[in-house]
Amino acid sequence: MSLSKYPWKGKLSDEECCETSSIISVKNLSLSYDEKKAFNEISLEINRGCVTGIIGPSGCGKSSFIHCLNRMTELYSNTQVKGDIHFNGTSIFDIRVNLLELRKDIGIVFQEPTPLPLSIISNIELPLKEHKFNNVQDRAVQALKDVGLWNEVKDKLKTPANNLSGGQKQRLCIARTIALEPKVILMDEPCSSLDPISTDRIEELIHGIKGKYTILIVTHNLAQARRVCDYIFAFWYDETSSCGQILESGTCAEIFQHSQNKIIRDYVGGIKG
Amino acid sequence: MESLTKWLSWLFGLVLIIILGYILGDIVLVSLKHFSWNFLLESPYSAGRKGGIFPIIISTLLILCISLLAVIPIGLTSALFLTEYSDRNNKSIIFIRKSIEILSAVPSIVFGLFGNAVFSVYLGFGFSILSGGLTLAIMALPLFITTAEKGFRSVPTNYRLVASSLGMSKFTMIISIIVPYALPSIFVGIILSIGRALAETAALIFTSGYVDRMPESFFDSGRSLSIHIYDLSMNVPGGDVNAYKTSFVLIVLILTTNALINTVLNNWYKKRIAL
Repeated sequence: MSLSKYPWKGKLSDEECCETSSIISVKNLSLSYDEKKAFNEISLEINRGCVTGIIGPSGCGKSSFIHCLNRMTELYSNTQVKGDIHFNGTSIFDIRVNLLELRKDIGIVFQEPTPLPLSIISNIELPLKEHKFNNVQDRAVQALKDVGLWNEVKDKLKTPANNLSGGQKQRLCIARTIALEPKVILMDEPCSSLDPISTDRIEELIHGIKGKYTILIVTHNLAQARRVCDYIFAFWYDETSSCGQILESGTCAEIFQHSQNKIIRDYVGGIKG
Repeated sequence: MESLTKWLSWLFGLVLIIILGYILGDIVLVSLKHFSWNFLLESPYSAGRKGGIFPIIISTLLILCISLLAVIPIGLTSALFLTEYSDRNNKSIIFIRKSIEILSAVPSIVFGLFGNAVFSVYLGFGFSILSGGLTLAIMALPLFITTAEKGFRSVPTNYRLVASSLGMSKFTMIISIIVPYALPSIFVGIILSIGRALAETAALIFTSGYVDRMPESFFDSGRSLSIHIYDLSMNVPGGDVNAYKTSFVLIVLILTTNALINTVLNNWYKKRIAL
């Protein structure tokens, strides 16, 4: 596998990759479960069309953070969100916001590949029908082609999605999300339960669809962050406030090559973590 | 100690099988000796000592239909309310759930008297298939709700999260994912309800009555198979053989509905959900 086939791999230039207009801006966001704080007063901007990575050790609120961005946290009991999130200029907590539309525009891919207990094709068609798209069938087929799953499943579209392999399931979940034409795709450790080959395919996919979609990816895999991300936010567990916070942020090269923060430098260098 | 418990459980299991086997064997042997297809197609006469049980089978099926038509929609919506639309730890919800559990332990004669007072007398349905069916429905509902609720609770939370994350409405989620996934439990509930309804005697004597003619409408009285068995064996000297044969028909009816529902359901589930 040569690097020239994957020109984005090992990309470590300082140049800015894409437009620098912000699509999501987070202001002083805090989240707590019961009395326990997950993270405190986080503010950041997500750039349109870029792949933004969120790295850091377990338990520093990375997943919780991206679950706030389409208000998934409201589905868990005892969560409390403070602060504000603007998506395309309007607050997502505004009472005029249609929650179902918001979740269509900001899709999420979970850590565990979770196809719905339906056939492969229905997994994509059901949400499309729910959002009243036309040409549901064509769109579903296109989404399967976009994630490179079409050739593998075209003869068994009507069979249960649960019969697929882990990597295929996860690509189906991504297809299901991009079929809805979201503006932002949140990925919560999408490769953590996959083998290296499936991981490779997903990274290829991320590279293929970036620009068209804004992607926010939480990952434990630093090499992966280095391969796919344009920007990186490094979260860390802060002992004094006993909750997560952002230690450093910047372009991929800034974090991986000349980090200003000793903890992060040790972390990305593999000395600490 | 371990071998003692092992032997004891074998022993009691064996005792149980022998008792059940004896009852079944007795019924099957006596029935087959006197069995003819005409028994299924003729009307009874001489208080059931002679003739067949055709009108009784029809009444039983009609009563069963009415009770299922009432149990399934009411039971499903109640179970959905308890799982999907209410907070599990809310005090009034806990109270409702406890009440349902207590109702499922109430003796059937109480339901019979209740059905008689409400359906036969107050609502004026008289001794009819309608009163009987509705009474059986009320009797089977607690059991059905509890079973369906367990089924809905067994749907993995992840599916609910994923459906919400795709911006699907709660209604679509329930119709397309939760109910299909919980279908096996729902059908267990239906099978249990059918079993409870077919086995019931006490509640029906006061509501559907025991007229053994062919019913002409839902407002006619109709005798169920279990009442027929009770009547023949308790009140009619010389009705024993026909009581045996009716029991045989009842057992075959229950076994075939169970087998049918299970096969259809398993095939469907494998094709669609595959876990």
